[in-house]
Amino acid sequence: MNEGIKVKELESVVIRFSGDSGDGMQLVGTLFSNLSAELGNNIITFPDFPAEIRAPHGTLGGVSGFQMQVGAKKVYTPGDKADVLIAMNPAALKVNAQFIKPDTVVIIDADSFRTEDLEKALFKTDNPFKELGLNSLQVVSAPVTELCKESLEGISDNKQALRSRNIFALGLVCWLFNRPLYIVEKLLSEKFKKKPDVLQANLLVLQAGFNYGHNIHASVSTYRIETISHKKGFYTDVNGNKATAYGLIAASEKAGLTLFLGSYPITPATDIMQELTARKELGIKVMQTEDEIAGICTAIGASFAGNLAVTNTSGPGLALKSEAIGLAVMAEVPLVVIDVQRSGPSTGMPTKSEQTDLLQALYGRNGESPAVVMAATSPTDCFDSAFWASKIALEHLTPVILLTDGYIANGSSAWRIPDLEEYPEIKPPYVSPEQKEGWMPYLRNPENDVRYWAIPGTEGFMHRIGGLEKDNKTGAISTDPTNHQIMVDLRQSKINKIANYIPLQEVLGDKDADTLVVGWGGTFGHLYEAVEQIREAGKKVAFTHFRFINPLPKNAEEILRKYKKVIVIEQNSGQFAGYLRSKIGGFNPYQFNRVKGQPFIVARLVEEITKIINL
Amino acid sequence: MEQIYQPKDFKSAQLVRWCPGCGDYGVLNSLHKAMAVLGVAPHNTAVISGIGCSSRLPYYMNTYGFHTIHGRGAAIATGVKVANPKLSVWLATGDGDSLAIGGNHFIHAVRRNVDINILLMNNKIYGLTKGQYSPTSDRGFVSKSSPFGTVEDPFRPSELTLGARGRFFARVIDIDIKNTPDILVQAAKHKGASVIEVILNCVIFNDGINDKVTARETRPDRTIFLHHGEKMIFGKDNNKGIVQDGFNLKAVTIGEAGYTLDDVLVHDAKATDSTLHLKLALMDGTELPVALGIIRDVDAPAYDAEIEAQIESVKAKKQARTLREFLMSGDVWEVK
Repeated sequence: MNEGIKVKELESVVIRFSGDSGDGMQLVGTLFSNLSAELGNNIITFPDFPAEIRAPHGTLGGVSGFQMQVGAKKVYTPGDKADVLIAMNPAALKVNAQFIKPDTVVIIDADSFRTEDLEKALFKTDNPFKELGLNSLQVVSAPVTELCKESLEGISDNKQALRSRNIFALGLVCWLFNRPLYIVEKLLSEKFKKKPDVLQANLLVLQAGFNYGHNIHASVSTYRIETISHKKGFYTDVNGNKATAYGLIAASEKAGLTLFLGSYPITPATDIMQELTARKELGIKVMQTEDEIAGICTAIGASFAGNLAVTNTSGPGLALKSEAIGLAVMAEVPLVVIDVQRSGPSTGMPTKSEQTDLLQALYGRNGESPAVVMAATSPTDCFDSAFWASKIALEHLTPVILLTDGYIANGSSAWRIPDLEEYPEIKPPYVSPEQKEGWMPYLRNPENDVRYWAIPGTEGFMHRIGGLEKDNKTGAISTDPTNHQIMVDLRQSKINKIANYIPLQEVLGDKDADTLVVGWGGTFGHLYEAVEQIREAGKKVAFTHFRFINPLPKNAEEILRKYKKVIVIEQNSGQFAGYLRSKIGGFNPYQFNRVKGQPFIVARLVEEITKIINL
Repeated sequence: MEQIYQPKDFKSAQLVRWCPGCGDYGVLNSLHKAMAVLGVAPHNTAVISGIGCSSRLPYYMNTYGFHTIHGRGAAIATGVKVANPKLSVWLATGDGDSLAIGGNHFIHAVRRNVDINILLMNNKIYGLTKGQYSPTSDRGFVSKSSPFGTVEDPFRPSELTLGARGRFFARVIDIDIKNTPDILVQAAKHKGASVIEVILNCVIFNDGINDKVTARETRPDRTIFLHHGEKMIFGKDNNKGIVQDGFNLKAVTIGEAGYTLDDVLVHDAKATDSTLHLKLALMDGTELPVALGIIRDVDAPAYDAEIEAQIESVKAKKQARTLREFLMSGDVWEVK
């Protein structure tokens, strides 16, 4: 190692790649996180991209970012502020100034910081750092564009050289973190298998970036992140949307049913459809339908016909599906509805994440229309949650709404490929031939109030179902007042009884603390990290995070009543807190709510929770 | 041994509750007969519907049935067929259900050519909500929601179907129980989306609007029953025919004005080009007789079968059969 270079041994480090949305920041971010994962680090990533596919070049609106935390131990969030920021142009520097701290290493492409570039990013002077009030930084100002052109001279044209700037930056970052290049080279070879020219250019530029760092004797910190061993097994890198898709496939294998997805493209949920439709060798049927309503309605049809049927969407699409979810409630057919939440209302901020669809999922239907609501807690938990959602839907003949969000859907982390033997059985309540005599479509198992599933094609069980109220046994149309009350109660008690079939709620941290932090869904990582920091600072705090929301786990009330002070933290204006109040008489928690379309900042959470602890 | 079915095998025990004299009764009878002829077992038959008078039909079938929500029947029926292509899938729907609130699902089911049979019961009125005009009501039609007459043009179901690239379109009269079962059988045998428009009478809100076409005494001269491969002949005395007149069609009397049988067009339901089918389908009973029977019946790949075929072809190329096999074939690393 060169003299004058500080090598920091770190437990974890936060890296943020940023540039124009056409600069390939998502690609290099993904490559670096995959590389780190393969080296045995823990990673959590957070792609933060603009809604515009290509905003005008160099402008603030077009800045795309990819943040990750790489850790020796388990990491739970992509981190608050960056230890290393790569800013490919002035706009990226400006937009990401909020993520810079005093000792952040900032890598810029000096060739993209000319006067006209600064003007595009609305800088008024020729010193962007000063203008942003950033002083004690360690800046690596590399002429990336020129060096790309040089290293590709006689091999590729200038256009290709410009396209390879991101890979140069990646090479430089690999040097900064003492990362060998062979894994990136392998990943690039895979990615550009069919474009040998592009591959060759990228490999040259990657090496050039690495060499540049090595040769400049830059007086910046370089890092070494220790690796620790994980649980034995095979690992891959997944984001939440892929994990969701895999969880559904796993459930269909466990249940022995064909998986059907009816779907309409919508940000940020589309990846689930794209992942499943590419898996035809597994026999999955995917329909890209004419609209959101057809997405769920084809799924309801497929469910009636005996598939594990799923539709996926985001908030606006869930609104369109409301009536059909009511049909699934009424007809009592299994259905999984995945809502990858994004900022609302209306079109909102499609690429930004928040937890604002909870009440829509719980109550957004006409009539007394109870459905199961769940929320996945992390990218990899999307697998388990999708599995559980399918299991409950199939075993209890009910729609299950699974809430994920844009943050965990696009965020990724290393994931141990599961052994399905470790997962529970899925056994739908099929009719059996001996039931044929005297069978009626709305007879139920009194233990869980679930009716029996007779799938078209089954001899001797022909019947009609539908959205009209039905007699509580025969299933014939009924407007009888007493029968309606019975059916309203049965539909509710069927959902309530699911609490007997789901895991109990767990408390993490100091069970004997006075203060309990409560969260749900995709904020687990941030809340957990905040709680751990508070505990490391010597204060006691307990933490419980909900994945099952309707019904709540059986011990939820007991836990929530046990603590002197409870603070419910969520990325909405208090939807879960309000829901808990409605379920638990006299429960009146503290709340911390932020709706900015951005993940929580751990430091801020620590501050807020500590305030409550100190009350 | 193949089982022989009777129409009664497809009748459910439910009391039929349409208004006395409703055209839906005729459709129901014809459907029971057609299903017996088809010989698909009741448990392998699924009848799906949306909302409206006609959508009550599944309750009267001893098959699997699903009475769904307004306009969405086509999407739900599509899901049923894709999930289990072995089922014989029918959609009972009306002009409000499929051409207004469910228009999008209707055109896309037709475009995709999913193998379902769509019984489009067209009475040009909203009956269940008690008499509002529908998207097939004629311009100027006076109803509870158009007290001064409508100021909009109607959809013509045939035109919409062919515009959505429909491969099978037939038209029948509700009370024509003699001919309708066979048309339904042909529709069911057609692989792909089959649209059968039923000219239907609503005795309460729209009684008699079709009389000039459907009444026994006027029907022979105001309608023509088309048969593939046969001359387009009609009339009480079977002496009228359809001939080509430039780019248009014309009704002539054979033996008059120099027209002979040779001039009369032969119906080709199998023609890929739909131009003539559209012209025939739009004949409105004034200058030209309303066309009944199978107007278009063209072979094309059915969506549900294509999905199955694509799965098989990908399976032939890719090894993985389980999630684990697929994941292990990707970018993985081992921790020992």
